[in-house]
Amino acid sequence: MSTLAANWRSVIRSGLIAGGVALYTALIGMLVAFDEREVVRNSFTLGQLLLVAPAVLVGWLSGRQSTQVPAGQRLLRGLVAGLVTSLPLLALMFVSSVVNLRTVLINVDRDLVRLISFDHGVGLSGALMLAGALGVSGILGAFVHLIPARLRHALLTALAWMLGAGILGELVRQLLSQFLDREALSWFLRRDTLKPEPAALLFVVVLLADLFWSWFRETRGRREGPAPRALQFTRVGGLAVLLLLLPLLVGSAISDVLTNIGLYILMGLGLNIAVGLAGLFDLGYVTNFAVGAYTMGVLTSTGVLGIENKMGVTVFNFWLVLPVSLLVAMFTGFILALPVLRMRGDYLAIATLGFGEIIRLLALSDWLKPIIGGAQGVLFIPAPNFFGVELIGPQRLYYIILGACLLAVFVSSRLNNSRTGRQWMAIREDEDVASAMGINTARSKLLAFTISAATGGVAGAIFAAKLGTIFPTSFNLLVSVNVLSLIIIGGLGSLPGIIVGALFLVGLPELLREFDEFRLLLYGTLMVTMMLARPEGLWPSAVYQREVRRGEERAPPQAGEQAA
Amino acid sequence: MTQTRTVSRNKLFGIPLPAGHTGVDLIISALRIIIVALIIIGAGNTLLEGRFTFEQWLALLFAGLAQGSIYALIALGYTLVYGILRMINFAHGDVFMAGAFTTVFLANSFRQSGFLDSQPLLAILILMGFAALVSMTVAVLLERIAYRPLRNAPRLVPLITAIGASFFIQYTFRGLFGSGFKAYPTVAFLRGTFSVGSINVPIAQLFVFVSAIVLMICLYWLVERTRIGKAMRSVSEDKEVATLMGVNIDLIIVFTFAIGGALAGAAGVINGLFRPQGVNFFMGFFPGIKAFTAAVLGGIGNIPGAMLGGMFLGVIEAIGPNLVLNGLGIPSANQLKDVIAFTMLVLVLIFRPQGILGERLSAEKA
Repeated sequence: MSTLAANWRSVIRSGLIAGGVALYTALIGMLVAFDEREVVRNSFTLGQLLLVAPAVLVGWLSGRQSTQVPAGQRLLRGLVAGLVTSLPLLALMFVSSVVNLRTVLINVDRDLVRLISFDHGVGLSGALMLAGALGVSGILGAFVHLIPARLRHALLTALAWMLGAGILGELVRQLLSQFLDREALSWFLRRDTLKPEPAALLFVVVLLADLFWSWFRETRGRREGPAPRALQFTRVGGLAVLLLLLPLLVGSAISDVLTNIGLYILMGLGLNIAVGLAGLFDLGYVTNFAVGAYTMGVLTSTGVLGIENKMGVTVFNFWLVLPVSLLVAMFTGFILALPVLRMRGDYLAIATLGFGEIIRLLALSDWLKPIIGGAQGVLFIPAPNFFGVELIGPQRLYYIILGACLLAVFVSSRLNNSRTGRQWMAIREDEDVASAMGINTARSKLLAFTISAATGGVAGAIFAAKLGTIFPTSFNLLVSVNVLSLIIIGGLGSLPGIIVGALFLVGLPELLREFDEFRLLLYGTLMVTMMLARPEGLWPSAVYQREVRRGEERAPPQAGEQAA
Repeated sequence: MTQTRTVSRNKLFGIPLPAGHTGVDLIISALRIIIVALIIIGAGNTLLEGRFTFEQWLALLFAGLAQGSIYALIALGYTLVYGILRMINFAHGDVFMAGAFTTVFLANSFRQSGFLDSQPLLAILILMGFAALVSMTVAVLLERIAYRPLRNAPRLVPLITAIGASFFIQYTFRGLFGSGFKAYPTVAFLRGTFSVGSINVPIAQLFVFVSAIVLMICLYWLVERTRIGKAMRSVSEDKEVATLMGVNIDLIIVFTFAIGGALAGAAGVINGLFRPQGVNFFMGFFPGIKAFTAAVLGGIGNIPGAMLGGMFLGVIEAIGPNLVLNGLGIPSANQLKDVIAFTMLVLVLIFRPQGILGERLSAEKA
């Protein structure tokens, strides 16, 4: 009896937490902002999806916790959890009808009330709609456990595909418009929104495909062991062809997103050498990026600041300056690394953050204005020229970035397994022990900083050539934080992790414009939850995973420390 | 560090160095000499030119002390937490912001109702209390949700969490209250000046200074004279022994975060009333970093050190650009005020990480 009561109590508690999350998304304006995007035309919006998501999740959790009880009671738990989830929002609805909250909380407006009452307005009908919708969502969440496993997998996959296609409607349109004409395209989408018929079609197709695939795999039996060599070659070859053709397949707008992702991958690879391999927590990575960009800008610009106009030297072009940027960034990285070699952990982080801010403020200042343009920045940086072909526009620049990324991946993976890489990892794990083992820690750390800076410099140089103009405001702390969060979320020290992190953290917000405003909120939330739940990252490297998890084996968390 | 150093290891660009020195030592000494020389040349030039009068320097000094008091109040939060957990609460600047940003609405409603003009001191006290409460709540939640589960994790993990939490708090408040600047109302009695002879001190600066000193005395009393203060000191000294003596560590840590948060919240209101630019969601970042500098400058973990460091940093920031940078012939030196602060930060971390008053931290703490 007492366990039953405890069960119900936990259902209500998780319902309240989910309700708090729902209230939070409402108050910070996420719900209303996401309501702008329809997932399936005239059916439901992303905001509505976000509104019911906590209820579905908590219903699913409540259903999972009670595997011993009969189906009816599990559904009941889902219902109760969903209803409890609606309580904070109901309270908000009530309070906002009595007091004008909008003078303080800017997002509690008519749009929000309309959204959470499903167009029924404040009042009994609106409240019933909200409670009903969340209650039903809770039941649905709990119901997921009652579906047979194979069908459940297929249903969830189909749902994920449909929602994905709906949310990324713009991407779908860009992709389809490469192959279909206007007429055919209009059957699928209206503007960037998926129409109901193709959505249903997609759902059914994926559902059947998944069912067929699981049946097929079961009858054939799973093949064990590594894939044969020929298959590996086909995979690598396929990937290479795909990477080469990608900008042609996806069109200009998405290529632009790809180039941004590529630049962040490049910076991530560079920062990973300092942070991921050598454990040097660098919060001022933007310094290297800025140095590379300004070197490229000042040396190649055809504007007043360019060396061409100042000294009459016209030999500099992109390809000549790219290695110069690399060297200048390496040199700055080396110089800035010297004084901080003795620092560890948090002190190093703060000192490098200081460097990043100093660089930005110097770039903004009037003092250096004659050289690097102050707040007006450097203008008229020409696009790279490749044997007569001007590499302007994202579809062409993509190849430069791809090349730089591949090179960086190659260098990183070689370093990973080299003697130097092992020295870095030894320093990361314990600097004193590493030093006692005969590693020259000062030299190793300098090397890590310098190589890391070089990659950042190259990224900066390409960035300058890509934009054609650079302003000091582009080189703020957020660049460092973005790069840092993508390598942390992807998995420190892991090359695939960086790519996954960049796709997820840079690509997603660019494809989902509504998301952009909440990008840093997302980064912050992800960084905290990652560290709490999965400190090794999404795609961890084996060594780092062992290191992070080591503490837990040794010291099991004390009672009361687990609930977060 | 008992290893024997072979001569062959200590080389700089292939040139053997004197025994017992490494290349890094040499470079750091050179850096030290360059910086001292720059400061002397700059200051000398400015003073010889006689660009500012004595009264102007004094005005800069008072402005610096007022700004420094605010840094000091925030720095106390860093120091208290560091003293107990040996971690940098990177999100502390945002705790400061939380109080200041939330209270601006209350302050403006006080102004509208006329309460602020009829009872200014009481109103300011209430505002400070409210902001302290908000910041305290944020700080305690931060500890409970983000830091407590990670107390035994490797060092980088709490630091990453703190950075994430900092952004989370900033953008939560941006979502709640919007991204624009909101100004605190002006209080009539803060606008005058206080004169002794030929020296005029704006009352606002005096107010900031005095209220900061009062708060610091309260804190000092709390830590040094009360039972819970004794418990805090014992936890800071040795957690395990403190537990054996019957101290509830979790409670003390929460209490520490709460005190630090309350001071930051009060500082937020003082800052809002003192500086007319208004407050927004990003206002905590720079004061946070600078207060951290102040805490390190004074010796992190050391309460009087944080107060001293804050004042010192405020004064340097106010006087430095005019004294040193002007003398070096750098145009519009006041733009580089923050550069002075950040350079100060880096230099302190390089040359004297133990701070003015702190003892040498062992390698495992630093």
